[in-house]
Amino acid sequence: MSGTYLGMPAFPEAAREAVADTTLRGNLRHATHTIRAKRAKAVTEVSDWAELREAGKRIKDHTLRHLDRYLVQVEETVTAAGGIVHWAADAGEANEIVTRLVKMTGETEVVKVKSMATQEIGLNEALEAEGIHAYETDLAELIVQLGKDRPSHILVPAIHRNRGEIRDIFAREMSEWGRPAPEGLTDTPAELAEAARLHLREKFLRAKVGISGANFMVAETGTLVVVESEGNGRMCLTLPDTLISVVGIEKIVPTWQDLEVFLQTLPRSSTAERMNPYTSTWTGTTDEDGPQNFHLVLLDNGRTDTLADEVGRQALRCIRCSACLNVCPVYERAGGHAYGSVYPGPIGAILSPQLRGTGSEIDASLPYASSLCGACYDVCPVAIDIPEVLVHLRERVVQGGEVTREGNKVVLRPAKGHAAERAAMRAARWAFTHPGALRTGQRAASRSRRFHPRTLPGPGRAWSETRDLPPVPTEPFRDWWQRTRGGKDGDR
Amino acid sequence: MRVALFLTCVNDTLYPDTGRAVVKLLTRLGVDVDFPMAQTCCGQAHYNTGYRHEAEPLARHFSDVFGEYEAIVTPSGSCGAMVRELYPRMGERARAEGRGDTLAATLAPVVPKTYELTEFLVDVLGVTDVGAYYPHTVTYHPTCHGLRGLGLGERPRRLLQAVRGLELVELPGADECCGFGGTFALKNSDVSAAMGADKVRNAESTGAEVLCAADNSCLMHIGGTMARLRTGMRPVHIAEILASTEEEPAP
Repeated sequence: MSGTYLGMPAFPEAAREAVADTTLRGNLRHATHTIRAKRAKAVTEVSDWAELREAGKRIKDHTLRHLDRYLVQVEETVTAAGGIVHWAADAGEANEIVTRLVKMTGETEVVKVKSMATQEIGLNEALEAEGIHAYETDLAELIVQLGKDRPSHILVPAIHRNRGEIRDIFAREMSEWGRPAPEGLTDTPAELAEAARLHLREKFLRAKVGISGANFMVAETGTLVVVESEGNGRMCLTLPDTLISVVGIEKIVPTWQDLEVFLQTLPRSSTAERMNPYTSTWTGTTDEDGPQNFHLVLLDNGRTDTLADEVGRQALRCIRCSACLNVCPVYERAGGHAYGSVYPGPIGAILSPQLRGTGSEIDASLPYASSLCGACYDVCPVAIDIPEVLVHLRERVVQGGEVTREGNKVVLRPAKGHAAERAAMRAARWAFTHPGALRTGQRAASRSRRFHPRTLPGPGRAWSETRDLPPVPTEPFRDWWQRTRGGKDGDR
Repeated sequence: MRVALFLTCVNDTLYPDTGRAVVKLLTRLGVDVDFPMAQTCCGQAHYNTGYRHEAEPLARHFSDVFGEYEAIVTPSGSCGAMVRELYPRMGERARAEGRGDTLAATLAPVVPKTYELTEFLVDVLGVTDVGAYYPHTVTYHPTCHGLRGLGLGERPRRLLQAVRGLELVELPGADECCGFGGTFALKNSDVSAAMGADKVRNAESTGAEVLCAADNSCLMHIGGTMARLRTGMRPVHIAEILASTEEEPAP
C-alpha cells in the first residue's frame, strides 16, 4: 500500500499541494475545528486538569529516567504471566521477529489492531513481502488500507477523506480483500459502518493471529493496555490463538495507579470523551481463555538515542492523543501527508527528526513546519514544550553539534542549503551589535524608499507573492528621537 | 517613574509612528521615557530560526543597554516574550553546555523588568482608562506570543474597552495564529499565506474598520494580506489607538 516516506520532498513543497487542494482543506478544517471545540469543553469539565497534566508529565519523566529498570521489570512480569518478550533495536529487527513468529504458526493472514508502532516500522509491507496478509480492523485504518493510501492523522488516519470518498473506496476495493460492499451502498454513516462491520466480522472469525500495539504497559503486573472506540481491537485481542504486541519502550507506566492519570487525560485530549469506550487490558496468557501464545516485541528504533538528548527527550512523554494536531494551524492547512511520517503535526515535527535523524530533506525541514504559535504546548496533556524542541532541532539543523545515533556520540555537520541564511544571520548579528551600522542601514532604506520595488527578489519573493510590503517611513524612530528629544523640541 | 523604551528593530525601522505613540501615551500618563540610542534587536529571529549562538551576543547587548533601568517597556508581545521567556532559557542552556553561569547572570537583571506595553499600563501603572479617544469600529487580534507566551489575557481588551468612541467587536477564531511566525512566513510561504488569508477573512466578517494588535510584525503580515485582498480594513497597533485623543486623533 503506502509508498516509502523517506525520499519525500521537504515540508514546504509537500504542503504546497495540500494548501491548494480545497476538498482536503475543507475536510481538515471541519474535522479539526469540531474536535478542537469538543476537547476544550471536555477539559474544562475537569476541575484538576492542571494537576492531572503535571502528574502525567512527572510520571512519564520518572519512568524515562529509570527506563532501564522498568524495562527489566516488564520483561520479568510479562514472562511470569506466560508471555514471551523479544527485544528489537530497530524496525528491521522488529519486522524480522514478527514475521518469524507469524510463520511459526503456519498462518498467512493476520488481523491488526490500530497501532502507531507497527505503522512506524512498516510492518504490513514487511509481512506482505513474506506472503503474509495483514488486515487492518480499525475503521479509519481500514479506509486507508483499502484506499491504498497513507494515514494522515494519529487518531483519525482517514481524516483527509469525506463520506463520499469513503463510499467510493468501499464499493471499489472491499471485494479485493474479502467480503464485498453491499449493492447500492450510500454515504450515510450507518450504511458505511455496517459495510465495514460485515467485511471485518469475516476477518475476526477466521484469524488465528492478531497483531497489536499498546497505549501503555503497566510494569508492576506486565499488563498491556489498548484504548479504542470501536471494539474491533478487542476482537483482535481476544479471538486469535496467537497475539503479538509491538510496543515502543517508552510506553511504560510503573503502576496501575499511574495508569489512572492517563485514562483520564487521554480520552479527553484525543476524542473529547469523558472516558474511553473500550479499554482492554491483557496480562500474559490464561488457560482456556483468550490467546494461548502471547509475544511482546519491545521496540527501540531511535528511542534510546532520543532519550540521550536532554531537551528533545520530552517528546517521549507523548501518549499519542493527537490534541496537538487538532489545534495546529499548520497541520490544518498542510494535512498529515506533508509531514512525511506516520507521526504528523507538531508532535511528528519533533519526533520524526529525532527517531530518524535530520539527515534527509524532509526530516531537516520538519522543525521549521511551525509558526511557533504555542497552541500545541497549551493543549498537550503531558506538557511537552513542542516549540522549545522545534527550536532546539532547528539549531541542530543549521549549526550541527553532538547527537547520539545508534548509541554512539556523533558530531553532526550543519545541514546543506543554509549557507546564505547563516551568512545573513551573522551579518544581522554584526549590525545589531554595532548600533551605528544599523542606523546607517536604516537611513539608507529611508532615503531610497521611493525606489523600493513592490516585489522582492530572492527568498523575499515568497513574501511579496501574496502580501504587500509596508512602505519604509521617511525617518526611522531613532532619528526622530534624536532630532526632537522624544518630542520635547516639537514633534515635527 | 523613569522607564526605557525598547522599541524593537522592526518598529524602529518600519513603524516609527508606533514608537511616537508609545512616547506620547506614557508621557501623558506621567512616565519619564528614555530611548537608549544603543538599543538594536533582542535576537528573536536568530534564536527562533536556530541560530542561538548568533542570538547570544544580541541578548548580552540588550542587557548592557537596558540593565540599569527601573523598567523596560516594549510595544511587542513577541520581543517581550523573547526577553522574559527565552533569555532565562539561553542562560540555562549555556550552563548545561558547561559554559558556567556568566550568561545567565548577565541576562537575569533585565528579565523581570521587561514589560509588554499593555502589561505595563495595567499591572505597573494600574490604569485601564488611559484617556484615549478613537471613534472607530475595532477588532482585536491577540498575537500568539502575547497570548500564550506572556499571558496578556484580557489586559489589551480592557484597555480598548475604556477608549471613548471605540466600538470593540469580537474576532472569530481570535486565538488562532495569523501565520507570520518570523522566518516561517518565508520558509513556509504557502501555509503562512493560507493562514493569513483565513485571519483576514475572519476579520472582514466582523465589519470592523480596524484590526488592532500589540505586535507590528503580525500586523505587517495581516496588513500586507489585507492590502493584497483589497479588504479596505486597516491594521493599527494598539499603542496608536491608546495614544489617540480628541485634540490629536490618530487616523
